[in-house]
Amino acid sequence: MGQNLDIEELRHGTDLVKRGFARMQKGGVVMDVTTPEEARVAEEAGAVAVMALERVPADLRAEGGVARMSSPEVIEQILDTVTIPVMAKARIGHSVEAQLLEELGVDMIDESEVLTPADPFFHIDKQDFDVPFVCGATNLGEAVRRIYEGAAMIRTKGEAGTGNIVEAVRHRRLMQDAIDRLDEMGKDELYELAEHYAEPFHQLQHSAREEQGLEREGQGEAIFAGETGEEITEGLFDVLVEIRREGRLPVVDFAAGGIATPADASLMMQLGNDGVFVGSGIFKSQDPEPRARAIVEATTHFDEADRVVDVSKGLGSAMSGQNVEAMDEEEKLQARGT
Amino acid sequence: MVRIGVLAVQGAFEEHERVLDRLVSDGEVVQVRRREQLADVDGFVLPGGESTTIEKLLDAGDLREPLARRIAEGAPTMATCAGAILLASEGDEEVETTDTELLGALDASIERNAFGRQRESFETELACPALGGEPFPAVFIRAPAFADTWGRAEPWARLDDGSIVGVEQGSVLALSFHPELSPDPRVHRYFLSKLDDGDEG
Repeated sequence: MGQNLDIEELRHGTDLVKRGFARMQKGGVVMDVTTPEEARVAEEAGAVAVMALERVPADLRAEGGVARMSSPEVIEQILDTVTIPVMAKARIGHSVEAQLLEELGVDMIDESEVLTPADPFFHIDKQDFDVPFVCGATNLGEAVRRIYEGAAMIRTKGEAGTGNIVEAVRHRRLMQDAIDRLDEMGKDELYELAEHYAEPFHQLQHSAREEQGLEREGQGEAIFAGETGEEITEGLFDVLVEIRREGRLPVVDFAAGGIATPADASLMMQLGNDGVFVGSGIFKSQDPEPRARAIVEATTHFDEADRVVDVSKGLGSAMSGQNVEAMDEEEKLQARGT
Repeated sequence: MVRIGVLAVQGAFEEHERVLDRLVSDGEVVQVRRREQLADVDGFVLPGGESTTIEKLLDAGDLREPLARRIAEGAPTMATCAGAILLASEGDEEVETTDTELLGALDASIERNAFGRQRESFETELACPALGGEPFPAVFIRAPAFADTWGRAEPWARLDDGSIVGVEQGSVLALSFHPELSPDPRVHRYFLSKLDDGDEG
């Protein structure tokens, strides 16, 4: 037993510390906020964290153009305002935006399809960071790849900024069905699945070889984060083995994308999510404060209809929302970053 | 046969349940989130999560007063991180600016986020004299620390720099860190020993 901090070793940014942070968010609601005032409303309503943004997804969608990381000033103001954790978004594959967010002191980075992707081939090597990451996934393959890359939390992508829950439900159901299927698989089949899930990591090599008119890709060269194709497959296989053993993802698994009412939040919890992100659904509604409180309570008491009825009264109208089926494929954010 | 109620309004309550389920042979571990469930258990676990969130949900469910009374009457209780914040009697500026009303079950004051933000969160080998010689692999996540103890509260664990990260007061054990995330079950076993001998007396 030492007598000063030089002797005691403090280990920062370990998997346990990063995944543990996400575990403390369970059963909670993370709310998108764009100003210190909104951040305070979210904290007072019982949010477990806020997502600091310049514009909520509904506005990003309406305005078009390139959506990037929020300005440091916006993030700093919100960091200074609330005592709960602050998350912020980096573009998919934009490791420098992530470095800036870590430097600013945000508690978790959302590598998010809501922003315009920065790298067409790769996501950020999240093992490189002390700060934990959350990433979106539409299916098990995306989740496994993100966990292999170091994500400490997964969320459904849903279809952000629509106020429409259908895509979040789709992604949650696809994920659970695929997880249940792992049970029937032998070791060889599971390895084949890992090989299949590894394919997107080879995309850069394929494109480059094609451009050079070469057929075979190089053997044993590092593809992502210093790992070869074979090592990546092994890594994905290890994640799959863990998922099969647990019957669920080995990291916290939230719902996101289209949650607009307390009942939406309860639905995602009943479908097995660990908590919810609410983006545009709160501050794009008629009366944000009571709606924020109601969604917090409906997330906790998700299987008690009497409580959810109580909190759903007197909330005014929800955000108007959008029919996802009527959208063009290129309008959909969920296709970004697989 | 004992019944342990894990407060399940928000946070890492399933993690505590999982550890306790393995250790409790004669008894059961249940989630409590409604007022009527509080009278039904012998001891409590207040898990980590966000203290501001959990406090609001305690009020929304009318849980605060009966929970505080059961703990004051001697129901063995283990509180981790956010749970430990809520058990304290006095808080720092972060507790005050967020209007977080503490349960006041411990003769201790608490400082939220005492080590900084998430990037300052850490694991370390922590000396816990009550657990015997081997240090405990402790995980601190945006952890609080106890600024002071008085009255019946005794420091139970300290970091090498002297920061108090565990406090014991009779049947209550409050910790800055997360034994439910460590593979070592000794802290939960220590808590269960309070239920074995503390319940009747």
